[in-house]
Amino acid sequence: MDLTVGPNAFFWSAEAVRAFYADVAIAPVARVVIGEWVCSKRLPFWQDEIPGAIEALLNAGKEVAVTSLALVTLKRERRLTADLARLGLPVEVNDLSALHSIPSGTPFWVGPMVNVYNEGTLNWLARRGATRICLPPELPLASVAALARAGAEAGVAIEVWGHGRAPLAISGRCYHARLHDRAKDSCQFVCENDPDGRDVETLDGQAFLAVNGVQTLSHSTVSMAHQFEGLREAGVAALRLSPQSQGFAAVCDGWAARLNSGLSAGDLEARLRPLVPGGRLSDGFVAGPVGASWSADAT
Amino acid sequence: MMELVCPAGTPAALRAAVEAGAHSVYCGFADETNARNFPGLNFTPEDMAEAVAFAHARGAKVLVAINTFPRAGAQPLWHRALANAEQAGADAVILADIGLLAHAAEHHPNLRRHLSVQAAAANPDAINLYADAFDVRRVVLPRVLTVEEIAAINREIEVETEVFVFGGLCVMAEGRCSLSSYATGLSPNMNGVCSPANHVAYAEEGRDLVARLGGFAIHRTPKAAPAPYPTLCKGCFTSGAQTGHIFEDPVSLDATHLIPQLARAGVRALKIEGRQRSRAYVTQVVRAFRAAVEAEAAGRPLPASALSRLTEGQAATAGAYAKTWR
Repeated sequence: MDLTVGPNAFFWSAEAVRAFYADVAIAPVARVVIGEWVCSKRLPFWQDEIPGAIEALLNAGKEVAVTSLALVTLKRERRLTADLARLGLPVEVNDLSALHSIPSGTPFWVGPMVNVYNEGTLNWLARRGATRICLPPELPLASVAALARAGAEAGVAIEVWGHGRAPLAISGRCYHARLHDRAKDSCQFVCENDPDGRDVETLDGQAFLAVNGVQTLSHSTVSMAHQFEGLREAGVAALRLSPQSQGFAAVCDGWAARLNSGLSAGDLEARLRPLVPGGRLSDGFVAGPVGASWSADAT
Repeated sequence: MMELVCPAGTPAALRAAVEAGAHSVYCGFADETNARNFPGLNFTPEDMAEAVAFAHARGAKVLVAINTFPRAGAQPLWHRALANAEQAGADAVILADIGLLAHAAEHHPNLRRHLSVQAAAANPDAINLYADAFDVRRVVLPRVLTVEEIAAINREIEVETEVFVFGGLCVMAEGRCSLSSYATGLSPNMNGVCSPANHVAYAEEGRDLVARLGGFAIHRTPKAAPAPYPTLCKGCFTSGAQTGHIFEDPVSLDATHLIPQLARAGVRALKIEGRQRSRAYVTQVVRAFRAAVEAEAAGRPLPASALSRLTEGQAATAGAYAKTWR
């Protein structure tokens, strides 16, 4: 098993992006997916960083793919999606429409925003050229195991959401703008104030969700710290680490130690807890009973 | 005339919808293969065959929704649902999952395929992909598009489009939302339920009634006030200094006044949400909408009076069809 750094979900400055990928280039991870997958309006502010980051990552020996948007509706977004296939790198399909511009048989990756819930879907994507699939975060371990078996037969590497606030929903509406009494078209890029999303609490004061523009994330950071052995046994090929604004290099180091140097689940948890935004962890999608649960609480 | 596609959670509701003027009725089997997998609802294979016979005798069609995402290791349940729909004489199946679409195209080539809203195909490239790969003949558009965008899509695709005009409103792109399973372990995609009632708890706290879903407070309302059902995305939450309906108010969709624009945008069929609704509700809504599509076809103004009563007591929105909603 190895590690994949997923595309950044948040709106960071060009400088922050540059520093982030300089760190990732020397981090103990095998591959990196880069690009904008949440909101196309953000891209002009940081897209000039992408070619340099790709070059640095490739020079550092990482596999690199470019992600599509998760929700493609505008003409401009369709053009952007079609352009990805011309970069000469694998495209990570996060909206099925990205397949439109990938010739059949050209290898591509599939991201967690595409609904791969069963063997039939996996096999269709494999025949179309998929070589790597990061499963949707809501799948339980039994489904992950069945899909890892199907992936092994079809020659598709299966990835699981290993670290990061879980992408729970995507919408036509921008909640960041709505919180500022604005519409999406006049958002004034208020999401840049929240580099890990904006926390949402229940009326009981319980931490619950985080909004990130048109995306809704879990407040807790999903972590497979305690699920690693089970996932490895199931045949999962990689864990996906989703970027966060602070301490991400330490997250990568912690996970590399868990994979390769016998760091225990409890020790990894102790390292991660102070690093993650809001300090809460969950693994309930994989381990049950509900997504927000943390398996270590039950023992 | 635009086709009116009406909900039926039970055989009785299906008969009511047909008698009230539905051109088509959509319904599902009583298991996790359909996205309204609620206790006491839905059809056995025998019910379905009888329902199709009833509808066909009156010139109406039956569309069978098999629109959850099959569980890995359990695909035969969904494959049987397809076979049962064909056996019952269904006019079409409404599917969302790629693997199930591929199976249907291969094993049931003569069973007409519609793409469910749960597939959230939101642009011509996605729609044409489903049309080319699986010979999908109609797509139910996700509720993230404006009327102008729908018109633009129709210019670039060959297949028919169907849009929701009335009833429950998903705020998120359909089929791409795990909010419910994050709080309850059960989701629309996997289990055919959203914010399920058996995970709802009400508590009286002081003067308030608090509704919690999976232990997370969704609403707090004065005891005397009407308490909306705690659907997660329409809950009241706090973010920073603000407290309110961060995602959406507890509203339902009403795009009745947009029927003429939707017709001009090339939309073939109008869909009414509400398979969980009563027979009386279905009758009332279907009658009103049949009058509306007839008026539209005849170039007459919409009979607004019939429709204004339907949302009484509940606020309504035109949702994403109006650009300002975003």
